Amino acid sequence: MKIINIIIALMIPGVLAAQPSGDEILDRIDENMSSETRHVISKMVIHGTRATRTIESETWSVGNEKAYTEYLAPAREKGTKMLKLEDQLWIYSPGTDRTIRISGHMLRQSVMGSDLSYEDMMDDPELRDKYDAVVTGSEEINGAGCWVVEMHANAPDVAYQLRKVWVDKVRYLPLKEELYAKSGTLLKKTELFDIRKVGNRWYPRKIVFKDMLKKGGGTEFIVEEIEFNVEVPEHLLSKAALR
Amino acid sequence: MLSIKLAIKNLLGAGLRTFLNVFILSVAFVVIIMQNGFIQGWNKQAKVDVVEWQYGEGQYWHENYDPYDPFSFQDAHTAIPERLNTARQEGTVAPILVTQATVYPEGRLKSIVLKGIDPRQKTISIPTDKLVREGEDVPAILGSRMAMNIKANVGDYLLVRWRDANGMFDAKELKITGLFRTDVPAVDLGQVWIALEELQQMTGLDNEATLIVIKDQSHAEMDLAGWEFQDLDELLYDMNQMIKSKSVGNAIMYLILLALALLAIFDTQVLSIFRRQKEIGTFIAMGMTRRQVIGVFTVEGTMHAVLSLIVGAIWGIPLLLQLKKTGLPMPEGYDQFGLPMGDSIIPAYSLGLVLVAVVIVTVTTAIVSYLPARKITKMNPNDAIRGKIQ
Repeated sequence: MKIINIIIALMIPGVLAAQPSGDEILDRIDENMSSETRHVISKMVIHGTRATRTIESETWSVGNEKAYTEYLAPAREKGTKMLKLEDQLWIYSPGTDRTIRISGHMLRQSVMGSDLSYEDMMDDPELRDKYDAVVTGSEEINGAGCWVVEMHANAPDVAYQLRKVWVDKVRYLPLKEELYAKSGTLLKKTELFDIRKVGNRWYPRKIVFKDMLKKGGGTEFIVEEIEFNVEVPEHLLSKAALR
Repeated sequence: MLSIKLAIKNLLGAGLRTFLNVFILSVAFVVIIMQNGFIQGWNKQAKVDVVEWQYGEGQYWHENYDPYDPFSFQDAHTAIPERLNTARQEGTVAPILVTQATVYPEGRLKSIVLKGIDPRQKTISIPTDKLVREGEDVPAILGSRMAMNIKANVGDYLLVRWRDANGMFDAKELKITGLFRTDVPAVDLGQVWIALEELQQMTGLDNEATLIVIKDQSHAEMDLAGWEFQDLDELLYDMNQMIKSKSVGNAIMYLILLALALLAIFDTQVLSIFRRQKEIGTFIAMGMTRRQVIGVFTVEGTMHAVLSLIVGAIWGIPLLLQLKKTGLPMPEGYDQFGLPMGDSIIPAYSLGLVLVAVVIVTVTTAIVSYLPARKITKMNPNDAIRGKIQ
């Protein structure tokens, strides 16, 4: 028994030495997840309290600043287009043939009845500058060993006081994330499933978003096709593309 | 006098035809009074209600505040002027802080406006005494429409999520300590009221407000930096415009009704002149001038209006009084449009209103009676007395 204890005691410093810092983990996540440009064909499955709806869309994006999405199905949503340019968001509805800018209280509305709000889509992803990340432990998620990283806001102008992320130790993917309010209330949860290799990076095929204050089974975001660092047609990233 | 005697004799002689004309005209007469009575009643009632529940005797707005633009709320707040401290203690001014938030009734997401108001205020009728904190729970009050929309009752907890002054999310449960019933949807629909200090603390906006409601004119038109005074004329401008447009719409309705009644009188006059040519010829042969004969026929036509006032009074006064007693019930859900309106509208009649209706009916009837009678001036009395068609 003593021998086992001695072995463990000898191993602990080695384990601690292998534990990356919170900032290192965030850098590795960025490296894996972000790309200059991206083209995605996806499905959004919204599990409401009464029914489930599936919405298909195609998105072209440049970094985190610019994105153009066109809804492909169902027929009711087909032709609806959304354009994000920096901190502005427009939506075009073919039914009314109108383009409206989503701002103010409209940003708080849910996107197509999902668990995502427009302001979630506008959320500033620059976590490194505004949060202090600390590794608080190690847990297993869906059989994968994960670092538990707690990010505490160090600036007042961020959306969430605390973000808790479970990062895959091998693939450096955030397999689960929880977002907390100032009061400590859990507001949102995101989980990543079906991780696959896309080129030289790991990427989830399914992401489940859940607004924890809202009833319903959450919203699944299923990636059908994804391409990184593709050429994004210039004309798609202007308001003219909406009509 | 002769004209009047002749007119009454002829009208009574015409029997059913006169009765129908008079009755239709009396309907127009009563409807004019009734519709204008409802508009006046609603106007009066709505103004009293909005002053009592929402506007007070005027409001100071933060220079960025626009009640119709929720985008303006996040930048529309500043420190409450110290000059109003005594009035705040007395409750004669009510500072209100306005912010956007989201509530989750039964797990559904709903955008709301969260308003903080001083529980000690005596400026508007919102029962803010129910916002005094007695334990751990943050008390909140709602209007009955809002409570119905989110299916909330006194004693329920309501989960609310908001962003503080810096944009950080926070969430908390509020305990509903009271519901209030008001005819002013602008302080009810889509709103939750909590104590001003609670909201200031929750948003990090200590001692700040978006607007200040005043109870009396002694606090009006003060020069407060960063605040703009809105007097009642400005605050009621939209409502006055709405009532004005409603009055025009109603006028079209009763003018159509009046036109139908007048058309019937016009026809009657044309027919009378055509059928009573011998009589016209006889009048002229007996020495009456053409103008006097026109006068007889015009008076006869106008007598329809006089009779209609009598008939209208007989059936209209009990009806109008009964409506004043019971009011006109408004359809359910009408108040969801945001108009200040009670469950029923009580009409307000005034002497001026009745006189205007009398003048409109009498003058227009006189005009339509005179127009066909002008033909008499062109008649040849010899041919007329022979009954030869002219």
